[in-house]
Amino acid sequence: MLSIKLAFRNLIGAGLRTWLNVIVLSFSFVIIIWNKGVLNGWNEQARHDMVEWQIGGGQYWQENYDPYDMFTINESHSAIPQEFKNDIANNEMTPILINTGTIYPDGRMQNVILNGIMPNQKVLKIPTEKLENNSNEISVLIGKRMAKNNKLEVGDYFPIRWRDANETFDASDAKVVGIFNSNVPVIDQGKIWISLQQLQKMLVTPNEATMLITKNVDRKNAEVDGWIFRDHKFLLSDMDEIIRMKNVGGSIFYLILLALALLAIFDTQVLSIFRRQKEIGTEIALGMTRWQVVRLFTVEGAMYSIFAAVLAAIYGIPLLALQAKNGFPMPEAADSYGLPIAKAIYPTYSLGLIFGTVFVIFIATLIVSYLPAKKISKINPTDAIKGKIQ
Amino acid sequence: MKKILILILMTIVFINAQTPSAEMILEKIDENMTSENQVVTSKMIIHGRRASRIIESKSWSVGDSKNFTEYLSPAREQGTKMLKIDDNLWIYTPSTDRIIKISGHMLKQSVMGSDLSYEDMMESQELTENYDAKVTGTTVIDEVNCWVINLIGKVDNLAYHKRKIWVDKNKYIPLREELYAKNGKLLKRMELKDIKNINGRWYPTKMIFKDMLKRGQGTEFVIDDIKFDQNIPEYKFSKAGLKR
Repeated sequence: MLSIKLAFRNLIGAGLRTWLNVIVLSFSFVIIIWNKGVLNGWNEQARHDMVEWQIGGGQYWQENYDPYDMFTINESHSAIPQEFKNDIANNEMTPILINTGTIYPDGRMQNVILNGIMPNQKVLKIPTEKLENNSNEISVLIGKRMAKNNKLEVGDYFPIRWRDANETFDASDAKVVGIFNSNVPVIDQGKIWISLQQLQKMLVTPNEATMLITKNVDRKNAEVDGWIFRDHKFLLSDMDEIIRMKNVGGSIFYLILLALALLAIFDTQVLSIFRRQKEIGTEIALGMTRWQVVRLFTVEGAMYSIFAAVLAAIYGIPLLALQAKNGFPMPEAADSYGLPIAKAIYPTYSLGLIFGTVFVIFIATLIVSYLPAKKISKINPTDAIKGKIQ
Repeated sequence: MKKILILILMTIVFINAQTPSAEMILEKIDENMTSENQVVTSKMIIHGRRASRIIESKSWSVGDSKNFTEYLSPAREQGTKMLKIDDNLWIYTPSTDRIIKISGHMLKQSVMGSDLSYEDMMESQELTENYDAKVTGTTVIDEVNCWVINLIGKVDNLAYHKRKIWVDKNKYIPLREELYAKNGKLLKRMELKDIKNINGRWYPTKMIFKDMLKRGQGTEFVIDDIKFDQNIPEYKFSKAGLKR
């Protein structure tokens, strides 16, 4: 207790030197928590959007389907299993048929992926009800990125060419009946959404699908011959990997920031021990053990982190709360990177994140404070009182 | 009245007797255009939106089944070689020094940015086997009298369900060919021009391919030199020949 009191007095007494260290260290607190909060917020938002727009509660893939192999996509479809019929009728599951095609908006050729989806589905957030169409016309739904890249608007027509299951070319004009706005580029860039029945007719693959998306994550997913169930762990693995990489990249930044703050504390400790040799000698002469003096200096150093935590809380809490409320705006081009990024990311700060950061910085400060103070244990008190440099 | 009716009937019978069957026309085209083998030096002019590119090549072919093409210019394409044997296609690029087999979806890609896909190049010309052909009329193209032949696919796995060919009545040379989608939309048009008599055969020395859904002027294929029935060594049509 005595050493805490002494350490507190010494730090307050040191004035500006103390506050400079505290301010720099408090920046580390706020920036680390903010950065981690932004990444957490992005992760949560991206997962939420992917579940709502792209992956649902999980997916059954036709056994040959590989989204990364464009050469086999046209062969990755088969009849929808009988055991899924009830779930599809109850909107607990929706089938998707995937095939390649080519569109020619304004005479420019572009390869696209054609996705057939039931217009009345309620599994994904895609506004597929716009695909309800009783005429023979091909109605298509596209994302805003696709619309922007191809200068397409609702009501526009463009030629679309595809090959049916027999590899025979077919072509027709398609009408854009809707443009949706989603944060998930995977369902938007290079993708065209058509009514499932219409696409099955176009490809001459009646009642066939490439994948089936389930609504609920808790659904019991039985094994079905020729179909492989992909759960959230599998479907979100790319996103997890990106966040992990971003965390590693961010950690380098934190380390640099923290190293600068800790270096300042280390320097202050070295200077303080050098300048306060007479005080150290006197304290030992008056009966304090060397380790008690070491502890005093270590506590002094570690107390910087407590002061910094308090200071960071004073200006950081309102700042971070404001950010969590208003979000962190992302640049216009961010959504063209192919990652699910919203216009603004709303950081989320968990107690674990805050206390974890405080704990890590406290321990790091304790170590850099102890290292120079350790030297005191070798000081000769007589020489120290004489002011002899050791 | 009766006499007029008989006269009209006789005229129809006479006209029909003058029109050969579509199969016969197609056979005559084959007779005229196919040879045991060919060695062709040609230019492919790809008209882009801003500029045109000219690619020169020399190819050796035996019937429809074997073809070896070497690109001569521009410098970027020089040394690139393509080998087609039946339904297989390999491409060799000197920059990578590797032979790649073009298969599956890759066959649908355009050949060097042209209006032709690898698949179009691979297509076998066995029209009479795969299509029901019928002469549907006559017309005039560039002051040349032509028969118009409609071909409708009789098997399922054809790239184009319907074709239309305009054939020179005198020289038995196709002057135009159109390829249609299953629902009747025109997809590609090929025009054959500058017909010349080469070693007793009538042969078009300029062909224009146009993807009708795409904007632009299409791709021209100009034959600078063509030799028939040459002595082509067998190694030319081997994978080893690609790296020579």
